[in-house]
Parts: sequence; structure tokens; C-alpha cells
Amino acid sequence: MTTTLREESLDAGAGATGPRVGVLALQGDFREHARVLAVLGARVTLVRRPAELAEIDGLVIPGGESSVIDKLARTFGLAEPLIAAIGGGMPVYGTCAGLIMLADTVLDASPGQRSFGGLDIVVRRNAFGSQNQSFETELAVPELGEPPVHAAFIRGPVVESLGPRATPLAALADGRVVAVRQGALLGTSFHPEITGEHRFHEYFLGMVGAR
Amino acid sequence: MTVPETGSSRVKRGLAEMLKGGVIMDVVTPEQARIAEDAGAVAVMALERVPADIRAQGGVARMSDPDLIEAIIAEVSIPVMAKARIGHFVEAQVLQALDVDYIDESEVLSPADYVNHIDKWQFTVPFVCGATNLGEALRRINEGAAMIRSKGEAGTGDVSEATKHIRKITSEVNALKSMTRDELYVAAKELQAPYELVLEVAETGKLPVVLFTAGGVATPADAAMMMQLGADGVFVGSGIFKSGNPEQRAAAIVKATTFYDDASVIADVSRGLGEAMVGINVGDLPAPHRLAERGW
Repeated sequence: MTTTLREESLDAGAGATGPRVGVLALQGDFREHARVLAVLGARVTLVRRPAELAEIDGLVIPGGESSVIDKLARTFGLAEPLIAAIGGGMPVYGTCAGLIMLADTVLDASPGQRSFGGLDIVVRRNAFGSQNQSFETELAVPELGEPPVHAAFIRGPVVESLGPRATPLAALADGRVVAVRQGALLGTSFHPEITGEHRFHEYFLGMVGAR
Repeated sequence: MTVPETGSSRVKRGLAEMLKGGVIMDVVTPEQARIAEDAGAVAVMALERVPADIRAQGGVARMSDPDLIEAIIAEVSIPVMAKARIGHFVEAQVLQALDVDYIDESEVLSPADYVNHIDKWQFTVPFVCGATNLGEALRRINEGAAMIRSKGEAGTGDVSEATKHIRKITSEVNALKSMTRDELYVAAKELQAPYELVLEVAETGKLPVVLFTAGGVATPADAAMMMQLGADGVFVGSGIFKSGNPEQRAAAIVKATTFYDDASVIADVSRGLGEAMVGINVGDLPAPHRLAERGW
């Protein structure tokens, strides 16, 4: 390895004693998540292999391309143990593509695309249209209190419907749900990891610690 | 609550962040776009001709037919990029109206303006631009580029120029990191780049936007090497659909890009791929045929 630039972000967490949190590192903005988690004191592992799942108390599924994350997770034997871990109650937080991977039902999926599931919700992939429709906005999230969250939606999904076990945490002005929690699972359509917003990660680390 | 804001720097640069660790593939038909998505491409570049054919056939290369671009957008669920000529802001306006997800202001097409690049701040859609060195990358970012790709030499299947350009950019970034503030003024002058951007690179140790590599990547090992050299992801142009078995090669390059530091995975996916694109050695190309020299 000749490059060091991209690995050093994890050093902030090297001496940490916080919870051991993995970030699924198959594709997407996993380093941005790792950096936020490290700043908050978590011990961060990048997860690409089934064995790495055994070393963590919680997992973040990053933003990225959900169809690619799905394919790589299945090809490299990560999907089945991850589905089992979710079923076993491991806390998982998914942003954007990560929310899609956690949804029981995905609309407008790529042909043959599957999700890990766990959240009793229906999400619509890329619900806002092309990149021209990507946007940022202020979003009230009562669970996190004031101020509102500054949220970036990048070809993001929305939660079209929620089953009885899932709780909406935030919605756009038009009522579409964009953040949801169900037990140990947390999902957002947007990307706190790229806007300097740490409260969702703090909230998630609280979920990991409470387990 | 404030009004939602589209076209901000954050959402433009943000889409590139989501493409990281992925492979963006050149496609010339909806059928190829389908193969690319099924193989795990993170986005496709919609083109009429791949660079190898542009090179072979010569003539002026321009923006693709809107019908072709729309057919490819209709086929896939992943982001679709398309190329405009350097400086051709009306081609870019057309591509934005077609709702492409990213515009590549590309040296692979014939330049439309030998002095000015497109003022990319005027657009909602984000731009990716090529660069052979840090100064060129920062000039493009100053004009509004939301993503940079090192140029390499497109359409050759020869990875040596891609190697040269990614090494050049990362070594120039590393050099800035060790400079004192007074030295950075001179560095900005020598890089011919705005001081504020030079200072930002020196302080953060990286480009302000995502950096992919392009131009000559033809094998899984090529892609993994670019990742080990510091790229955030790779563009593969002619390398896939000019090879013997595009489906398998595309999927192999995707896997090698994720497991770029694991030689056993790269070995596994490299087995039995069939013929790679034949390619041209960059050294055999007369200077006027080198695309990387377009753009300034």
C-alpha cells in the first residue's frame, strides 16, 4: 500500500474505548462515516468480509449505489451473516443506499436487486428523480431536538409506507418520511456524514451502547 | 423551514462521494448499459463511440445524440453521465436539459474552445473534468468542477499515462502538505491555481472533491493499482466492451476495485477473462493524437 491519505481518518479512534462499530466498506462514502464515528470515540472497523462482522457491536451501511452494495455483499458471502446479525438484534444505521439495504421492500429496484431487510418499510429508490433534483434542506427531527438537521438528499430514497413496527422520525414538508427507527435499526434517506451533522451518529452510538 | 436548495456544491460534490469505490463504465447502447448495471457499475457514461473508436475513426467527436442518451437513461437505474466538448457550454446546457446526472467536460471529444473551459457554476448538474496534474485539477475546481478524474490516455488500453497522472496529482498534494504558508504563495503561482484552493489542499491533505482515475484501465489489476495509488474509483472506457467477454470483465473490475488491496481476490477475478482489448502503446502515439494534452 502506497497511500496513507485515506486510512488516517481512522486514527482518531485508535485510542478510543467506545463501542466497536463497523462500517460496511464495499462501496460508497464509508470513510466519511468512519471519520464521524471515530470523532465520537467509537472504535471503527471497515467491514468487507464475514469474519469482520464478528468483531463489532453495531454497523453503519453508508451511502453509495445500493445495487452495487447488494451484488458485492452477496458475491463475497456477507449478505447471509449480515441478515442473521440483523435478525439477532445487532444495531444497524443505514444512510441513503444503507436505508434501501435495510428496507423489507424496495420499489424501482435494479433487476434482481435484493435488500438485507429488517425495517418493516417500503422504500422507493431514487424517489426524487435525477441529480438535478438532489437538494439540501432543514429538517425537523423531534427525537434530536433543536436545531433542525441540515439534510442533503442525493438521488435519495423515500419511505413510502411503514408497517406497525417502524416509527417515522422525520418527514419532508410534503409529508414523505425520510428517517425511521425500528428497535435496533435506524435509517435516513439523507447523509448526515457529509454535512457535519453528528447527532444521528451519536443517537446511533446510544442505541449500540444500550444493547 | 427554508426552501430546499438544488444544485448546491454540497449535493454536486456529494454525488461523487457516493460513487467512491466504484467503477464508471463507458457504454454506447442501452444493451451495454444493461450489462454494465448488471455487472455492478456504479454509473455509466453514455457515448456514441468509445474512445478507442474515436481514435480509430478520427474526425470531430461531439456530444452524443439526445435519443441515445435518453434511451440509456431509460434503461438503467444507476446514474448516467454524458460528455460535452471542452468549452462547449451549449452542449452542457442540452445535457442538463436531458437530465443526465453528471456532465464530463472531456478531452476525449474535440475541444470547442481552445482558451476557455465551461463556467460550471452556471449549472445545476455537476461536472467531472480531467486533469494531468494538481494545478489543472484546481483550475477545473475553481471553474466549478465537482469531481476530477486523472486523464490517462483514453482509448489505448495502456495504463501508463493513468499511472503517471494519478502519481503526479498525489505527489503534488503531498508536497503541499509539508509547506509553510509563505511557500504556499509561490506554490499557487507555480501551480497556476487559486491560492485559497492551494491552501485548502495543504490543510486537508486532499483535493476538495473526489478524484477518480481514467484513461487506459483495461484489467482488474489495472483498476486495483489505481486504487492503491490513491484514486477514489475508476472510469473504464474502451477496456470493457472492446474485450472478449465484457460481462465477466466488467464484474471482475468491480470486484477488484472493492478489494483493491487483496491480491488473492484480484487473482481470482482475473482468471479466464478472455482477451483484453488489444490496445495501443502510448509511446507509439504521435503527440497530436494524445488526448491528455487537450485542456489547459
